[in-house]
Amino acid sequence: MIVAERKLFDDLYAKASKHKKVLLLGCGTCVTVCMAGGEKEVDILDSQLKLASRERGDDFEVTTHTIVRQCDDEFFDEETSRKIAAADAVITLACGVGVQFCSEKYPEKRVYAGVNTVFYGATVEQGLWEERCAGCGECIVDQFAGICPVARCAKSLMNGPCGGSSNGKCEVDKETDCAWALIVKRMKELGTLEELSEITLPKDWSTSRDGGPRRIVHESLRLDEGTKKEG
Amino acid sequence: MKNEPTIIAFCCHYCAFTAADLAGTMRKQYPTNIRIVRIPCTGKVSENMVLQAFVEGADGVMVAGCEIGSCHFIQGNVRAVKRVAHAKKLLEETGVNPDRLEFYHVAASQGPLFATTSAEFTERIKQLNAGGKASADTTSAETPQETVHDSSRT
Ligand code: SF4
Ligand code: SF4
Repeated sequence: MIVAERKLFDDLYAKASKHKKVLLLGCGTCVTVCMAGGEKEVDILDSQLKLASRERGDDFEVTTHTIVRQCDDEFFDEETSRKIAAADAVITLACGVGVQFCSEKYPEKRVYAGVNTVFYGATVEQGLWEERCAGCGECIVDQFAGICPVARCAKSLMNGPCGGSSNGKCEVDKETDCAWALIVKRMKELGTLEELSEITLPKDWSTSRDGGPRRIVHESLRLDEGTKKEG
Repeated sequence: MKNEPTIIAFCCHYCAFTAADLAGTMRKQYPTNIRIVRIPCTGKVSENMVLQAFVEGADGVMVAGCEIGSCHFIQGNVRAVKRVAHAKKLLEETGVNPDRLEFYHVAASQGPLFATTSAEFTERIKQLNAGGKASADTTSAETPQETVHDSSRT
């Protein structure tokens, strides 16, 4: 899932207090699971803004709404559109995709990002999320016993480890596992360590960000002109 | 601010609520400012339940649960302690003094403790309403490459 973290309160307060009526728009998918921008977090921010505006003597109205997903057209239903129309500005707690999609759909509306979108990751344990994938566009994780060197090695080394690997930890941060130490350990366990004696050639980054913004088309799924939903 | 503060006490059914009841049976008085909300376990208390109480006009919120190790649901009070710490941080961000929120451990047999704790907390809130000073804050843990929510970890 996409993992995010709520922006600092003061930052959000500064945005909200510029307007008379603000809608906090939550997203029910990834950011709900990583507890950054679901219904619960929308409610917390709502309470916080109300308390802070009372303390600071500002006068603005806050309303809340959460939809299943902000990266899908179908969930911006009539009720959502009505609530967005009634507000002067929207602070969305969805990931960066949701923020952009929402502002594309309501171009006349001021839309603010309520969270910082950080990585694609997993819930490693309750309350802890870690990065696992960098969306490189050509998955090679199976060559490395299921541990991704692109996302999990600080240098994205294809032939590691580097000299900074020490006691299984990365030189960048003592708390972070060295991805290459994990790869070697796992490949030993699987009895496939031999495969690492082959040098991995430089990765083709044109499938990744180097190739510019990416797009995926499924012609068989696309609607014919004329049957597309308006707006 | 009002002279007589409104204090919401979220009390666990198995301990603090029973203790409050016992205080009454023992004729131990506690301030009438305390409005008890009975909950099945302090583990039910979420950050927003606390914030919401303040939004609705509470001057102080106390969460009272069992002693560590005697939660009827094993871990509920441990979780509540963390959530209260997180809620204090959220309150402080808004400018509300985090001392207006506190967690207390009160066992079912401790009627008198419930009475003295509520009296002390009420006194604290009265002082804060009269312009008393703020306390130190709590901070959350955070490391690169990972996101940690200490309040939701077990
Ligand atoms: S190789 Fe690329 S697609 Fe596969 S897990 Fe790593 S970053 Fe993600
Ligand atoms: S120590 Fe390991 S994870 Fe860190 S940069 Fe070097 S090879 Fe990559």
